[in-house]
Amino acid sequence: MKFEGKVWRFGENIDTDAIIAARYLVTSDPEELAAHVMEDIDPGFCEKIQSGDILVAGRNFGCGSSREHAPIAIKAAGISCIIAESFARIFFRNAFNTGLAIFESPDAARSINEGDVVSVDAATGTIHDNTTGETFGVAAIPPFMNELIDAGGLMPYVLKKPG
Amino acid sequence: MGQTITEKILAAHSGRDSVTPGELVTVKIDLALANDITAPIAIKILEEAGVESVFDPDKIALVADHFVPNKDIKSAIQTQILRRFARKHQITHFFELGEMGIEHALLPEQGMVLPGELVVGADSHTCTYGALGAFSTGMGSTDIAAAMITGEAWLKIPESIKFVYSGKLRKWVGGKDLILYTIGEIGVDGALYKAMEFTGDTITSLGMSDRMTMANMAIEAGAKNGIIAPDETTRSYVEARAKRSCTFYASDADAVYAEVKKYDVSQIEPQVAFPHLPENSRPISEAGDVRIDQAVIGSCTNGRLSDLRLAAKVLKGRTIDPHVRLIIIPATPTIYRQAMEEGLFDIFLAAKAIISPPTCGPCLGGHMGILAPGERAIATTNRNFVGRMGHPESEVYLSNPAVAAASAILGRIAGPEEL
Repeated sequence: MKFEGKVWRFGENIDTDAIIAARYLVTSDPEELAAHVMEDIDPGFCEKIQSGDILVAGRNFGCGSSREHAPIAIKAAGISCIIAESFARIFFRNAFNTGLAIFESPDAARSINEGDVVSVDAATGTIHDNTTGETFGVAAIPPFMNELIDAGGLMPYVLKKPG
Repeated sequence: MGQTITEKILAAHSGRDSVTPGELVTVKIDLALANDITAPIAIKILEEAGVESVFDPDKIALVADHFVPNKDIKSAIQTQILRRFARKHQITHFFELGEMGIEHALLPEQGMVLPGELVVGADSHTCTYGALGAFSTGMGSTDIAAAMITGEAWLKIPESIKFVYSGKLRKWVGGKDLILYTIGEIGVDGALYKAMEFTGDTITSLGMSDRMTMANMAIEAGAKNGIIAPDETTRSYVEARAKRSCTFYASDADAVYAEVKKYDVSQIEPQVAFPHLPENSRPISEAGDVRIDQAVIGSCTNGRLSDLRLAAKVLKGRTIDPHVRLIIIPATPTIYRQAMEEGLFDIFLAAKAIISPPTCGPCLGGHMGILAPGERAIATTNRNFVGRMGHPESEVYLSNPAVAAASAILGRIAGPEEL
């Protein structure tokens, strides 16, 4: 998997209420959810995104509720992947389960500026900031997560599993 | 090498003698939970995959508590999805309005979670049941969909942090204050991916309700689970509610911890967490002059009978400030009835509070008390993120029920000692 896109930066502890407010959780329709992504902390954010753009954030991205609507909204809004210093654990699982690519890289998360164009190569585990020329490593994905990705997600994995 | 209580429960559920932090295991679950926000996605996934049956209709709980009684057509459709699925698959534990309560108050009350069991739930506050000496953790809808088919879930064995609380609690200080203080100390990611094990003579002296408040907010420090070793207090709580056998696990003396934190609780005042993170906790004496428009007493954190009794103790014979709305939400129909029979409703109504049916309601900005721009609320809930209870320019301050009640009376954030 390779991604290239323009960066939108967010701070630390971006919670799932900020990603998609609970008042919109009366639906699980990806397009409806995408229209309100990050609305309470960056009104109109959805309008600014070009398909393939990348989110960069600080520590503990996706903390708070277990709502899978959060990665669904981000993905449907056209964000290709997220780079953060760290991810909250339920969001981490949900991102893999919904097919949203996420990369843990404290150095990259601290150095990349808003508006930079960044390319990510999941296979080699490298993040390259095309704007500044800097390159960063990515924390390795647990092998089991790779099995899930290869199977096409948790549900195909579970359904394929013998027994 | 010794094992922690969390490691022992996870080992027992993965068919192993022991486990080590960092290992990935597949565990057998005793219960899978979802609600009216998270279940519709899980059900859609199951239906799209053509799944015809669930692993065990007795081991799935569907609780429509977030936007119920349904606030609009869309939320009614979400509950309808749960209801239809529950009927089709003959799900034993689907709670219709009248029996429905806030999931994390309801399941322990109904004896559906016991010590030593393993529960996964599509709700982040599923970690509440650690108060009974169970392992429980929140996940997303896809994970719960998979659990509903297989009866299994995959987990990484977490490292544990041991929190030791000792000393006598001050007046008006309870489980809520201990957990807010702790989150203030370690931060909202201070226990990221880890188990928070609450121990010490102070914890032993706490009732189940305060223990549940503490385990409930483990997620607010990023933890995978919060847990308290079961004891005689736990035994009398569960024996009154369930007949099936259960296992009381305890950590070994030589269990390995990532960290041990010790707190002398006699130094801890009632806490208030300022916007917009639960880690922004301060002692009530340092709250300053914060005017409030609303107070909410309820939620899976503090909507149990002892919470309502505490609020009633403060409100008895008093009326709230005319500029404040006080909303009281008994967490389950049983709690609602007990509170009514004990005369708590008379106290609340005389104080000019209003009593809501059981629902998560305003805690997550759903309904039953949404804030306008610029408004402030003190709430016994668990999160004070931007826009959590309504407009993004509103503010939420977290506290225990006594502080919320006292603040409603005085019109500003204040402890009961000021009355």
